[in-house]
Amino acid sequence: MVGRAAAGRAVIRGVVRFLDERSGTAPLLRKALRYVFPDHWSFLLGEIALYAFVVLVGTGIYLTLFFDPSVAHHSYYHGSYAPLRGLDMTDAYRSVVNISFEVKAGLLIRQTHHWAANVFIAAIVLHLLRVFFTGAFRKPRDLVYYVGLAMLMLALVEGFLGYSLADDLLSGMGLAIAYSVALSLPFVGASLALLLWGAPFPGAESFWPRMYVAHVFVLPVLIGGLLTAHLLLVAARHHTQFGGGRKTERRLVGFPTMPSYAPRSIGVACSVFSVLFLLGGLVQINPIWLWGPFHVDQATNGAQPDWYLGWLIGALRLVPGFDVTIGGYTLVPNPFWGGVLFPLLVFAILAAWPALERRVTGDRGFHNLLDRPRDRPWRTALGAALLSWVFLVFVFASADRVYVYLKISYTTQIWVYRVLVWVLPLVVLLVTRRVCRDLQAKERVEHERHLAERASA
Amino acid sequence: MSSGARWLVAAILLVLSRRRRRVTPVAKDEPEAAPTPARVTAPELPDRRAENVVLLLLGLGTACAVAFVVVYALDRLPRQTQLLGLSLGLAFAFLAAASVVVGRRVVSQHEREEPYAEPEHLEEQEAVVLVAQESASRFTRKKLVVLAAGGAGTALGAALIAPALSLGPAFDMESLYRTPWRRGVRLLDEDGRAYLAESIEPETFYTAYPEGAPREQLGAPLVLVRLEPGRLELPAERRGWAPGGILAYSKICTHAGCAISLYRKPLFEPTEPRPALVCPCHYSTFDPATGGTVLFGPAGRPLPQLPLAVGERGELRAGGHFSGPVGPSWWGVRLRGAR
Repeated sequence: MVGRAAAGRAVIRGVVRFLDERSGTAPLLRKALRYVFPDHWSFLLGEIALYAFVVLVGTGIYLTLFFDPSVAHHSYYHGSYAPLRGLDMTDAYRSVVNISFEVKAGLLIRQTHHWAANVFIAAIVLHLLRVFFTGAFRKPRDLVYYVGLAMLMLALVEGFLGYSLADDLLSGMGLAIAYSVALSLPFVGASLALLLWGAPFPGAESFWPRMYVAHVFVLPVLIGGLLTAHLLLVAARHHTQFGGGRKTERRLVGFPTMPSYAPRSIGVACSVFSVLFLLGGLVQINPIWLWGPFHVDQATNGAQPDWYLGWLIGALRLVPGFDVTIGGYTLVPNPFWGGVLFPLLVFAILAAWPALERRVTGDRGFHNLLDRPRDRPWRTALGAALLSWVFLVFVFASADRVYVYLKISYTTQIWVYRVLVWVLPLVVLLVTRRVCRDLQAKERVEHERHLAERASA
Repeated sequence: MSSGARWLVAAILLVLSRRRRRVTPVAKDEPEAAPTPARVTAPELPDRRAENVVLLLLGLGTACAVAFVVVYALDRLPRQTQLLGLSLGLAFAFLAAASVVVGRRVVSQHEREEPYAEPEHLEEQEAVVLVAQESASRFTRKKLVVLAAGGAGTALGAALIAPALSLGPAFDMESLYRTPWRRGVRLLDEDGRAYLAESIEPETFYTAYPEGAPREQLGAPLVLVRLEPGRLELPAERRGWAPGGILAYSKICTHAGCAISLYRKPLFEPTEPRPALVCPCHYSTFDPATGGTVLFGPAGRPLPQLPLAVGERGELRAGGHFSGPVGPSWWGVRLRGAR
């Protein structure tokens, strides 16, 4: 036994020495292996996003080997999926249909890719909420937070481009809306849309390769770069932790990478891979062969985008019908409000928050300990109000479905929602603040009773 | 065990023991390779049961991964995608379980404490500031140099961005007004046959395309409906645009460019009395009887109407240009009519 352990150690030593002599990284390696990870379930969300990104890159590379980013029409479809036979379609759409039906394991990889995109963004959003409500964005981690926000924005665009590339009916409708939103920018909209699309909608043929290179190269590289910066910055300042026991502002307590944290993290990675491949194999997503190829003169009822764009659809639907004009000049076309201003406002509030909070509270100190949401009633209440605002807009995008299932007039619903979308966040604000204060009060009472009991005992 | 296997085992043992012996003299020179080096991590008793569970899980994971390859290799298997996902997903699930058992049961569970990194390095900060200042100390006209460098940077930035204008006709606003419809162009159906006025029924809608022009452009598709001529309330200048109550509108929504593909007639008569053209993307609702005005929804402009005329053989033709530019709004959309 001892002999074998010594032999194993000699092999590892050989590798470590090889690396150290050539890169001088033994001190770094030693630090990395003993790096301390505080343990809390909510810290897993970022990890889930990271591993979903790994799946996206892997499955994405596979898909590029079969996808054809061209809107040329070469011939009518005569593949194995009978309902589409004889239809006029672009090479892009045809290649996605072929990935789904002719390429072995193609459908599994395609669906896994799509599911991974949904999970990726969901994990980022939940991670953002965790960071926001626990105050993890405070100095010295505000930079990490900004990088994370930038990644979320890029991820939204990346996801949209991904499902736009397939050139099915849904993706075409999405692109028409994106084109209109681009056009709606005051002053520069028309020029910007013509530059991006290369011609009025549906655009020049070069638009597809442009989308493609953005989706498979530019944005993934940007996200990958920001991801690296995000992780390096986290590592440089170490993780935050909830206080209590020996955990203080100056002392970090947790599990070291080796021996215990690395296997757990590999467990998380494998769990994410497992769930995504199970979803990809068992739960259908975006069956483009049912939507059919896109044509400018076609649209389908009951169309919904991927969940992470639902808030924008909701905003576009809720805005009353008006363009702002001055004389004959159209200053603000309608899609600007829901498609540009609303998301900009949400991200601007999120981006301004750390500085805003510093200014209002006057707290410019370093924070390694996390807040419990109840201990910061104003932040929690305002955050909950912002969240409910976005969430309500998202939910109200389903008014057409509510009409179909419950027969409540669409028009009536929208008028009610136009009011509720402003009123309910205020209610959420007040209720959340109240709940936070009550929770604090309850704790104080319990604490005092505890002290009194101990004194009397 | 056959004699061949015995020889094999013997040979492996020999190789292993030789390697071990070769390693020892090297290790002897190393101070840290003393017979019992001090442990870095805390020692703990092994947990054989947890280890057994790990072995079992790894075995199951292996079996599922093999199953994936088998399923992949088989041809014409029913539900192949599902089986592929199931086998690969389960393989990862077992690996995940094995990793978690290793992380939580097998290896040492000791927590570690560590001081947080120093919040600041004041000395280094100061040094950086000094180096930056001293590097610039031999400039006599600092402000001017900074201004000049800023100017050069801006100009160079603009120069590098300029080629981006090749991406598209950024200043060709003309293209946004253009449609293929002008007086005399025939209205064709999906199969390229001319629409006859008499074939347009009420209570349904039709899609029409211009003769001799590509269909994949916003200005091309029309939606056709027929209303009772008595119910029309078109603006005065559009008299004669709807022969026999047949109305033609651009099929592209003026809000966000989707195709108008819902016709609210006669299905919703009890609650919504007026016939209406509805876009399914954001439910902009237009009134065909009044010239495409917005009844509800986010659209900021009426739906452009195309004047119709009936030809000698009863075929529908365009009677001129649209009442306004087609498609979603932009800054110039109200400055001119459609061309």
